[in-house]
Amino acid sequence: MSTTPNNILEIAGVNKTFGGLHALSDVNLKIEEGETHAIIGPNGAGKSTLLNCCIGRLIPDSGSVTFNGKNMIGMAPHDINHAGMVRIFQTPEIFPDLTLLHNVMIPALAKRDGTFKFNPFKSLASEKAILEEAHATLADFELDKFHDQLAGSISRGDKRRLELAMGIIQHPKLLLLDEPTAGMARHDTNRTIDLLKSERMSHMTKVIIEHDMHVVFSLADRISVLVRGNIITTGTPEEIKNDPKVKEAYLGESEDE
Amino acid sequence: MKKILSSTPLIMLIFSVVVLSAPIWLAPLGANYPDLLQKFAIFGIFAVGYNILFGLTGYLSFGHATFLGIGSYTAVWSFKLLTMNILPAIILAMIVSGVFALVIGFLSLRRSGIYFSILTLAFAQMAYSLAYSVLTPITNGETGLQLTQQDPRYLDAIAGIPVKDGLPSTNLFGTLIKSMDGYFGFYVAAVVLIVAFYISLKIFRSPFGMKLRAIKSNQTRMKYTGFNTRPYLLTAFVISGMYAGLAGGLLASIDPLAGAERMQWTASGEVVLMTILGGVGTLIGPLLGATIIKYFENIFSALNSNELHKIFDFLPEGMENFMVTVVGPFVGEGWHLTLGLVFMIVVIFLPGGIMQGISHLFGFIKRIFGMGDKPAPVDDTVNNDSVSKGGAS
Repeated sequence: MSTTPNNILEIAGVNKTFGGLHALSDVNLKIEEGETHAIIGPNGAGKSTLLNCCIGRLIPDSGSVTFNGKNMIGMAPHDINHAGMVRIFQTPEIFPDLTLLHNVMIPALAKRDGTFKFNPFKSLASEKAILEEAHATLADFELDKFHDQLAGSISRGDKRRLELAMGIIQHPKLLLLDEPTAGMARHDTNRTIDLLKSERMSHMTKVIIEHDMHVVFSLADRISVLVRGNIITTGTPEEIKNDPKVKEAYLGESEDE
Repeated sequence: MKKILSSTPLIMLIFSVVVLSAPIWLAPLGANYPDLLQKFAIFGIFAVGYNILFGLTGYLSFGHATFLGIGSYTAVWSFKLLTMNILPAIILAMIVSGVFALVIGFLSLRRSGIYFSILTLAFAQMAYSLAYSVLTPITNGETGLQLTQQDPRYLDAIAGIPVKDGLPSTNLFGTLIKSMDGYFGFYVAAVVLIVAFYISLKIFRSPFGMKLRAIKSNQTRMKYTGFNTRPYLLTAFVISGMYAGLAGGLLASIDPLAGAERMQWTASGEVVLMTILGGVGTLIGPLLGATIIKYFENIFSALNSNELHKIFDFLPEGMENFMVTVVGPFVGEGWHLTLGLVFMIVVIFLPGGIMQGISHLFGFIKRIFGMGDKPAPVDDTVNNDSVSKGGAS
């Protein structure tokens, strides 16, 4: 980490209520460029709501989300994507009726073509650079052998890896991962950890929401703890491990389970 | 092998040969008379265009007959005001229906799913009512828009084409094709169909087409992947509207009159049936569906009890009468019953339409001859939409 950290994402004073429920109250969070930042917290703490406020799925009641110096609030999801913030969902959001190859070609085309391009007379086969990049990315994620299969037909673990590949091919400035290993078997989880630590991804700025402490402590440079819509503390994994507040709110009950 | 088989020039060559030789190979089916052949080609264009919207994006429009009707009215007005040449009529039909598709699509695409379908249906019913009554000065209401001896035909007048007794006939540059009757009409429509099919093939195999298919598969993902999906949907809507306008213009070119019944909701439903029957999202399916429906319409609706008696002549007297009584309601006026039955059978047993049945058949043949042992290498640069994949929808 550099001595003068450059904050790529700044969440300041964000509030969000659903009816009477305060999902987020006055959340402040700064994500430094190049770090892997984990957000942990018990179920219903507001972790996914926070991500949704960042990528334009929800609009916070108050507060600001500044990405790369630009205010993101009110921007359409596709514009936020082009600003460089890409989200990986908890339940894999892929294109089940398309082949794996097309699944990764589409985000690559988005990166190149922008939000809309009308090219009905261009042949897909002539998109050599995109095809090459798609194959290479699938290979990095050990998915190239399935490239002509429909994405809906592969295993859940492979689907999650595919969605990760779809995010990576866009070279995002910030990758938001919502429980990237939830519901995975241990060996699949370890594979995902290795991927996230691989050369291609280790220097990418990432925000990871995660329940699995093994994953969190393997990956995170810093950890924020979100409890009932409040960030109660932020620190290095060591600091978080030894924080009595965190133990009380989260780790204590998690270890009993 | 597969790469060669799925190459665009070869597909177009086979397609052109099959379409242009239709009068020959349809003869054994008794479907080689020009009126029916023209319908095959024109409704084929309509269905191929409709499939670009419904097949690729999954947006089910229940109002596409509106654009067919608008195309017909525009073409007839072109015959009345400009010239009897069909080329300007067809081009104007496409432009005007495209403009209407832009407006109706822009408003309808604010919603998706069933709400989109209802909105298109509402617009179609409005357009039908307008054409039937309110806009009588433009559409000639119930009677339908027809040519008259007194029509100005300014371009023809400038060109000095003499006004003869009786109504002039539609033509292509006067001398090239003097009249659109009979086989001339079919061949004009067939050539337009080949061009229309080529454009559809190109769209299916373009990045644009792949993105449309991705919208159908997961629109949320498309948005978070950085695509503004609304302009994509609107473009597909306008293209399919222009195809419908083209089909309408051709209908009017062959028989220069236009009536509001062309815009009725049953006509909009028919193109949905054609597409589903043939195979949604497949290249050839909608064309097959259009051909089959128009064929059944002509063959079954023409049958009456006398002819049924002739067909079942070989049976003993009692059986013959029994069969005629049973089959009777399914032919003639009641041919829609047959259509309904066929449609139900296809949807229940082959949700991917006839194209799915064909691909099952090919798979079966391959297994029998032991060709399916090792999977053929799939050419990854070609879309998996082509004939081999019946219908993933």
